Amino acid sequence: MPDPMAILVIAEHDNRTLKSATSHAVTAAARLQGQVEVLVVGYQCGAVAQAAAGLRGVDKVHVAEAPYLATPTPENVAATAMTVLPGAYTHIVLAATSFGKNVSPRIAALLDVAQVSDVTAIESADTFVRPIYAGNALATVQSKDPIKVVTVRTTAFESAPNGGTAPIMAIEAAPDTGKSKVVAQELTKLERPELTGARVVIAGGRGLGSGENFKMLEALADKLQAAIGASRAAVDAGFVPNDYQVGQTGKVVAPDLYIAIGISGAIQHLAGMKDSKIIVAINKDPEAAIFQIADYGLVGDLFELVPQFTKELG
Amino acid sequence: MKILVAVKRVVDFNAKIRVRSDGAGVDISNTKMSMNPFDEIAVEEAVRLREKGAATEVLAVSCGVAQCQETLRTAMAMGADRGVLVETDADLQPLAVAKLLRAVVEQEKPGLVILGKQAIDDDCNQTGQMLAALLDWPQAAFASKVDLNDGALTVKREIDGGLETVEARLPAIVTTDLRLNEPRYATLPNIMKAKKKPLSTTTPSTLGVDVTPRLTTLKVSEPLKRKGGGKVQDVQELVAKLRNEAKVIA
Repeated sequence: MPDPMAILVIAEHDNRTLKSATSHAVTAAARLQGQVEVLVVGYQCGAVAQAAAGLRGVDKVHVAEAPYLATPTPENVAATAMTVLPGAYTHIVLAATSFGKNVSPRIAALLDVAQVSDVTAIESADTFVRPIYAGNALATVQSKDPIKVVTVRTTAFESAPNGGTAPIMAIEAAPDTGKSKVVAQELTKLERPELTGARVVIAGGRGLGSGENFKMLEALADKLQAAIGASRAAVDAGFVPNDYQVGQTGKVVAPDLYIAIGISGAIQHLAGMKDSKIIVAINKDPEAAIFQIADYGLVGDLFELVPQFTKELG
Repeated sequence: MKILVAVKRVVDFNAKIRVRSDGAGVDISNTKMSMNPFDEIAVEEAVRLREKGAATEVLAVSCGVAQCQETLRTAMAMGADRGVLVETDADLQPLAVAKLLRAVVEQEKPGLVILGKQAIDDDCNQTGQMLAALLDWPQAAFASKVDLNDGALTVKREIDGGLETVEARLPAIVTTDLRLNEPRYATLPNIMKAKKKPLSTTTPSTLGVDVTPRLTTLKVSEPLKRKGGGKVQDVQELVAKLRNEAKVIA
């Protein structure tokens, strides 16, 4: 086993920009107090490698490029990771995003080690804290495996500041596994901040009644430069796409201000937002569970209150 | 083609769990147990594929205590043709479950394995991806649409920021996300019929799988309680408090 510790962070990116999730993962990796290296798997992704090298705390960046890695499949990312991993690292760290959740367990299984998912605190090099039961309990777990594979919750770790100057090394990509290929991506056009990184999040629930009524939240979101999210109930009812979903089975957010509108506050929704700094709830049912965790609850008809709120912000 | 679905017995999604005061875990005695909701979606998808003629048989597999038979009966009441229980009282972690499922897959040779993306008890979101790695199969995780035509698998997947369409070679692993389908309720006649469907039992040692846990839980604690319950009378008061007290808006 390498001594001192060596940690590999696998970067998430679109070949042009490094996703902010990775800079949170770098902070988590740096907590382990070892050599922190970043692996970038992609195609024509020099800018991403530069961005990773510029993060403080990063000691080295490896870049594997090939045309078939332009939109890499988990099979191909794992295959390339496996060319550098065995024997070289004590820890593999990915952000617990849809990319990280897809790729990381595949790597763990190839290494025949456990994965510790969705880590919110690092106690030591082998001991981690993670939420279970939708965040209703926190488990402190210790890994006995020689390599610790962890995904980290981005809201639990600050993003790493810029100012680093790590060297960048090109490495060979593993050959195309040919097992699957990405044939299309339909990305929601983001006219607002991304849900997981926004300072203010406005989320709508079943109380909004329709997808059409979600538009009402946009004027408010414009005023507050907020991202828009939704409860699972609103997604299930077809009001908005799934990538709006905040909760146990969706995204986990912890903005400075979370405004829950027409959301009752099911356990699985609270799991995704209860670490927000300030929570505002607007709901017509005074008994709604959301009020129990809200700093400022406002009981009333959202169809009157939301436009008033927007107007009051001037 | 045969489809294998993996189903897990978990604390019902509506049940409230209690963290044990000695920090040793979560007390689930006398708690209602159900099939993991994402696995219901997996069973539903497999049954629909068979109903459409894209598959010939749906096999449900569960790993865990003897009571997982009930979970398998539920899967069969929803339409699975038979069940296999890998029975053990051991604490099963995702890597161990993936190894057990690999052993069953090697015996049963399905063309497709569908699993829930995550179990709502340990919230790990690992088993499907691990199984894919162990079998060296492609994986299409977090599926919101599955098309299986003439041996070609096309899956629409939920990703951060939108959707992605993946074509995968068979055999393959699919894990389900919420919007894939709405699982049917098992009707009483189907529940009765399910009792007569074949259910076989095996064990980790028969399958030759070491299920020793790799992770040790040192402590389970309650999360910090949030102090909420504050109320404001109107929008003016709300905005004033957000500006002057919480200082989160300008």
